[in-house]
Amino acid sequence: MTEQLQPHDIRGNPVRVGLPMAMLAELTHRCPLACPYCSNPLELARVSSELTAGEWAGIFRQAADLGVLQVHLSGGEPASRRDLAEIAAAAHEAGLYVNLITSGIGLTEARLRELDGLVDHIQLSLQGIDAEMADWISGYGGSFARKMQVAEWIGAIGFPLTLNAVVHRQNLDRLPEMIDLAERLGCRRIEVATVQFHGWADLNRRPLMPTLEQAKRARAVVNEARQRLRGRMVIDYVPADHHAAFPKSCMGGWGSTGLNIAPDGIVLPCHAAQTIKGLEFENIRDTTLARIWRDGAAFNAFRGTAWLPEPCASCERREVDFGGCRCQAMAMAQDPTATDPVCSRSPFNARLRAEAEADSESDDVALVYRRMARETRP
Amino acid sequence: MTGPHLSNACIPYLPRGVRLHDDRVRGIRVLLAPERAMQLDAVGDAILSELDGRRSLADVILTLCERYSAPVEQIEGDVHEFIAGLIDRRMVFLSQSEVAFP
Repeated sequence: MTEQLQPHDIRGNPVRVGLPMAMLAELTHRCPLACPYCSNPLELARVSSELTAGEWAGIFRQAADLGVLQVHLSGGEPASRRDLAEIAAAAHEAGLYVNLITSGIGLTEARLRELDGLVDHIQLSLQGIDAEMADWISGYGGSFARKMQVAEWIGAIGFPLTLNAVVHRQNLDRLPEMIDLAERLGCRRIEVATVQFHGWADLNRRPLMPTLEQAKRARAVVNEARQRLRGRMVIDYVPADHHAAFPKSCMGGWGSTGLNIAPDGIVLPCHAAQTIKGLEFENIRDTTLARIWRDGAAFNAFRGTAWLPEPCASCERREVDFGGCRCQAMAMAQDPTATDPVCSRSPFNARLRAEAEADSESDDVALVYRRMARETRP
Repeated sequence: MTGPHLSNACIPYLPRGVRLHDDRVRGIRVLLAPERAMQLDAVGDAILSELDGRRSLADVILTLCERYSAPVEQIEGDVHEFIAGLIDRRMVFLSQSEVAFP
């Protein structure tokens, strides 16, 4: 007898499976930069394990058939792949909206021209407002000057540009200048995202944790700039988790609209999901994207709200934030089904806030770079 | 927040990086933009499909009035509100600086 297995969450409740809209394609974990808050896992995928351009082309077609509308070509640094244009062309041919997320390092004017007509939009990372800050944070001398050159080429070719400013205690006070820079570069958008303290960033909590005072000022700066720049530039702002009363809805809800493909083909519900012990992840080389999306145990584990513990289960916000971030729950509560400790209703919240406050008062400016070398500011 | 005042003489268009898309999987029309995918209803789709970067907003409104046999006042209000919202989000551009912010 064969029984049709219905997708079920980590507690055995049946779940409803929707359609994915966005896919993060991590083309490589290679990167010339060494940002101490890199979102890649501590254990980086080896070059020899990377999916080929041909494999990516098949994945893009599967993704479009499954309902994905936008693909984010990311890494590591996607320009570290010599076949980036071939990969972008495949995504474009699959009918996807192609977003390139880059530091700019490795892109030349000629390479950008190859991407013209294939890439719909470019997001350029910003580590600081000048070479001193940006090169220190990125651990790469000359990165700021090259990035500014790349921004100029992007503008000349005509790609729509978003500046991705990652902010933390060391650079948050320069936020007004970051917004001015985005305006000067002709950006339509600037994303101001506070560091998420997972993985590499968790190793750098003391130098990077913003103070509460900084977060308040940043909010005021953003509000003022939104008014002033209305109709000229959009500002998306992601404040620090630790200063919020309620958590964010991670990925808009686990397994609801987004998925992530790691360089070696592992398919993940979020980029940090591998920090959750006990979940099993599948590789696109072994099966289809549709099967992983619908039947993958990791994707179904935290779908919907039936698995939620208290205080989430009876919370009026359960359909808003879905209990928040699973990786954060794992990291602090040692339990991936716990309420996100960021939530003011979590029993771990007092500890989380106390630790964040203590870290934000640290004098430590020694960064643990992504390449695992410990260096101090020159 | 009140929207920008739009002149019917302005020429709105979808800038590079913003495009209409037939979502065959869901059977809907969507507007794709940086970090955004917006489901369009029939009205939104009809308005945006008329933006060619050559004709003025007045021409677009008249075309829609004729097609839907609707009064100008009604169509004009819908079009202004919809386009103004997209201008704010940088998903529609104007080829003349006809937009004034109060």
